[in-house]
Amino acid sequence: MKLLNYTSKYFVIILLFIIFIWATFFYYSMLDEIYDSMDDGLENQKGLVLQKAKKNPSILEQKQFEDGYYMIHKLSQRPKKLGIDHYRDTLMFMQNEEDFEPVRLLETSFLMEDNYYKLKVITSMVEEDDLIADLFYSILWLYLGLILSILILNNFLLKNTWKPFYNLLDKLKNFNIETEEKISFETTKIEEFSLLNKNIEQLLYKSQESFKQQKQFIENASHELQTPIAISINKLELILEKNNLNEEQAKTFSSVLQHLERLKRFNKSLLLLTKIENNQFIVEENININTLLKQLVEDFYDFSNYKNLTIQLISQEDLNYYMNKDLAVILFTNLIQNAVKHGKKDSQIEILISKNTVIIKNESEKNIPLDGEKIFNRFYKQTGLQNSTGLGLSIAKAISNKYSCGLRYYYKDQHCFEINFL
Amino acid sequence: MKILIIEDEIDMLENMKQSLEKEGFLVETAPNKQSAFSKIGIYNYDCILLDIGLPDGNGLDILKELKNNGINDGVIIVSAKDSLDDKLKGLNLGADDYLPKPFHMAELNARVKAVLRRKNFEGNKNIEIGNLIANPEERTVMVNNIKVDLNRKELDILLYLIANKNRLVNKTALAEHVWGDHIDQADNFEFIYSQIKNLRKKLTIHKSDIEIKSVYGIGYRLDIL
Repeated sequence: MKLLNYTSKYFVIILLFIIFIWATFFYYSMLDEIYDSMDDGLENQKGLVLQKAKKNPSILEQKQFEDGYYMIHKLSQRPKKLGIDHYRDTLMFMQNEEDFEPVRLLETSFLMEDNYYKLKVITSMVEEDDLIADLFYSILWLYLGLILSILILNNFLLKNTWKPFYNLLDKLKNFNIETEEKISFETTKIEEFSLLNKNIEQLLYKSQESFKQQKQFIENASHELQTPIAISINKLELILEKNNLNEEQAKTFSSVLQHLERLKRFNKSLLLLTKIENNQFIVEENININTLLKQLVEDFYDFSNYKNLTIQLISQEDLNYYMNKDLAVILFTNLIQNAVKHGKKDSQIEILISKNTVIIKNESEKNIPLDGEKIFNRFYKQTGLQNSTGLGLSIAKAISNKYSCGLRYYYKDQHCFEINFL
Repeated sequence: MKILIIEDEIDMLENMKQSLEKEGFLVETAPNKQSAFSKIGIYNYDCILLDIGLPDGNGLDILKELKNNGINDGVIIVSAKDSLDDKLKGLNLGADDYLPKPFHMAELNARVKAVLRRKNFEGNKNIEIGNLIANPEERTVMVNNIKVDLNRKELDILLYLIANKNRLVNKTALAEHVWGDHIDQADNFEFIYSQIKNLRKKLTIHKSDIEIKSVYGIGYRLDIL
């Protein structure tokens, strides 16, 4: 849920609650005020009736409301509470409405010329249900009006207030730790946001630094390993050249040598990977992929022929791409190598060059789809191939990433590696 | 034939020295830039193996100095960096070859010999071994004055083994030299065998007196019968 909607939701709920309480309170105080004013009017009318009665005793005979707003009733004895006003609500049949309507009634008693009288004065009352309905609608409109204005204000205000925040989110989304570029932060007057910016800047800086250090470490480590490995290999080569070794000794040395060779290859691949990631292959040229692949297929002939694999190169279109030549060679070498290495004996490897894509297809001994995500991970090895460094496909992926030509794997009757040169 | 190795890694230096001395070269060594300068100031060498990363400076300075003084020694740059930049710089400065570390001893021999051949035998570019004459530039091989038809790989294998004659060349070194760097992740190097087989057959047909021996399945050695 968006921040904007989140606050709006709370506003809607809280306002509903507050306005309800406020409306109730308002209604009762309103009603109270109305009663108060009606009662004052009634009291006034009572005074008027009494004055009138002094001048004109005939009105003392007004026994029904009929054409007036009061009635007087003669009492046979002294009422208990003489002269005390008593107000109450009651219903009365109204001619115009043809219905009983609520009226406010003042009942009192008075003494005039030794006679006790009871006086009732009425006044038409506001219809309570009408008032509630009116009030309800007014409050509903008020509520909606408030919500609407809050939403508009909220939208406007929040959008403006949170602008630095959304900018930040946008930038973080596009942030790539592998690139050296830094995020530029807009200055903001809001302290929290400027603090957030500052902290994120520091965090990113630290991550970039540690990423760089890690890369540096791998590079340095493989660099440092190179010389001792080379020396050991060369020493063993020199020992093996001496003719004074018996077969068993020679084979042992040779086995050590082979393991060192593996280590050397692994180290070399690791170094290559860091070099690609560090953008150390700069010179670029226009490369004809068709020619390159033709050459590579020839180079691989002995290699594939040994497994009785046929590599079929199908050039549907001429494909040229601007990239570093060494990397282009490494990219396709690794992919073809992968196909040959895992290819099924006596089967066929198909390399298809179409307008913008190159697809390399091979069958394997166990024709089951591989995990398209994991196979490009470093050191991911599914087969127990001894000589595999587990880096070949990661290197291919790193190269394709560098040139943003998406290298992907899918399975369609056979293993397919597709590169898109766009 | 005199060779100077300029290399700061003592063990590396020792290996190279040992391997080249086996080939009958006179080898001198310099572990840093300063001693290298004093050596090239006094002596002439047929080939200089030059490590770029020296403790007291860039080895390319030595190359510059040599070329400035008009000294035409053969120079092979040896570098642990294997960077295209260094390679281009070195070759532009007049180096004859560039050998990235790590390398096989057999590869070192082959490179040194190739440089020496280009430098010293301007008139005669042939290599004679037994009754076989090979011309690496023209890529031809004759036995008893009859041309032997070899394909590209057979020829590369033969020339490499000739450069390392009487020495064991292990399969990895051979595969890397002939099939290139990128093929080095092969499951095994058995595919070399079929090429060797063909090569042996052709040499036998032409009654050559050199023989390619398999040594314990580790590698091959070219011997003169």
